[in-house]
Amino acid sequence: MLKAVENLSAYYANPTRFMRLAGLLHAPVWGLALSVLVLGLYMASGVPDDYQQGATVRIMFVHVPAAWLSLFAYSFIFFASVTALVFRHPLGHVAARAAAPIGATFTFIALVTGALWGQPMWGTWWVWDARLTSVLVLFFIYLGYIALWQAIEDYGQAARAAAILAIVGFVNVPIVKFSVDWWNTLHQPASVSRFAPPALHPDFLYPLLVMGLAFMLLFAALVLTRMQMEVLRRRALIRQGARHV
Amino acid sequence: MRIFLALMFQQVRLGWRGGQTVLAIAFLFIAVTLLPFGIGPELRLLKELAPGLVWVVMLLTLMATLDRLFQADLEDGALDQLFLLPLALELVVLAKATGHFVVVVLPLLLAVPLAGILLNIEPVALPSLMAALALGAPSLVLLGAIGAALSVTVRRATMLTGLLVMPLYVPVLIFGIAASTPSAGGDGAVNAAGLGVLALFGLAALLLAPVAIAAALRAGLR
Repeated sequence: MLKAVENLSAYYANPTRFMRLAGLLHAPVWGLALSVLVLGLYMASGVPDDYQQGATVRIMFVHVPAAWLSLFAYSFIFFASVTALVFRHPLGHVAARAAAPIGATFTFIALVTGALWGQPMWGTWWVWDARLTSVLVLFFIYLGYIALWQAIEDYGQAARAAAILAIVGFVNVPIVKFSVDWWNTLHQPASVSRFAPPALHPDFLYPLLVMGLAFMLLFAALVLTRMQMEVLRRRALIRQGARHV
Repeated sequence: MRIFLALMFQQVRLGWRGGQTVLAIAFLFIAVTLLPFGIGPELRLLKELAPGLVWVVMLLTLMATLDRLFQADLEDGALDQLFLLPLALELVVLAKATGHFVVVVLPLLLAVPLAGILLNIEPVALPSLMAALALGAPSLVLLGAIGAALSVTVRRATMLTGLLVMPLYVPVLIFGIAASTPSAGGDGAVNAAGLGVLALFGLAALLLAPVAIAAALRAGLR
């Protein structure tokens, strides 16, 4: 199984082969992503009003999947960086760089929709509880990662430095989560009750899962497209004879 | 070992001659002076906030001094020489970080009581604050060095380094503040559990950070 994955990734390490595969996948992935998204939004709109929160509960169907994706995207960046740095897969750097702004955007969406949800529900736009604070720190990790890519001129050097940052940051994310949890219980009691997804009524659970799938497919489509764009951009620059690609 | 010590003392000498010690202390007091203008000079408020304010100001000062760690060497070519030493790069960066600690962080720690007085810190809280800062400082220097090494080839990278280092500093800050609070009893006894966590961070940083720093330097100079 592992050998098959190795062979497959080695086969597609060739950017030309990757571009061919990406070209084939492009339309289907986008089509699937958008249709599942439409389905999810339709299901979410049909959900009955929550007896406590009324219609604002519908923000959950954007907020929760965005939060899921913000963490998933960072894990993706971590694995892509390890693949690039340790296994020297050339497309690892491309994949990590492509995913970063998308992950940052999902994190931002999670934060903003959370604030929009929090204002009617808790009476405040923001509170420094464990979950919000650790997601905010995650957002800063994304920003730092993107900033490092942009600050270093040489592509190879930027790629390696960013990969190291991604790995260090990945180790740090659970530490931040754990320490902010500890800080929260130390300094302020949790005023928010988290619902555990499995305990969610099917009327709410199924649209949420569909939206989660939709966001995941959207992530895949966006990363694939951005990877294609990156390969094309570098090819164009090389053809022009640019010094820094 | 000789090379390690030589590197460390060289970092100290360069830092001292370059005015890094005085500049860092000056920055600390600039920040401490600005605070009462911002939050008001009410002594009761300052007393409550003092340990937290000192921690944050320390973090910002450290972030500001980081780019002198590797960039000065890069600029005059000394960084390439560091790669050629018969000492492992991880130990080389550890020596530089230790030197930075001695020339910049130790003086800052010595300046903390005065900064605390300016912020009307509770005298009973001062030993805990000092202990927490002293135990947290090694991990702050090492984590900061990771950021400095990642941005070593970027000119004027102070802001970038600060952004890279901020998520790494958050856990240390959280546990540092917790450790700065004297344990219940109010007799000034230190918060042993909190200090233990900071010491743990320090040890983990000591073992793991040099690997990341060396990897970042290699990535920057290949």
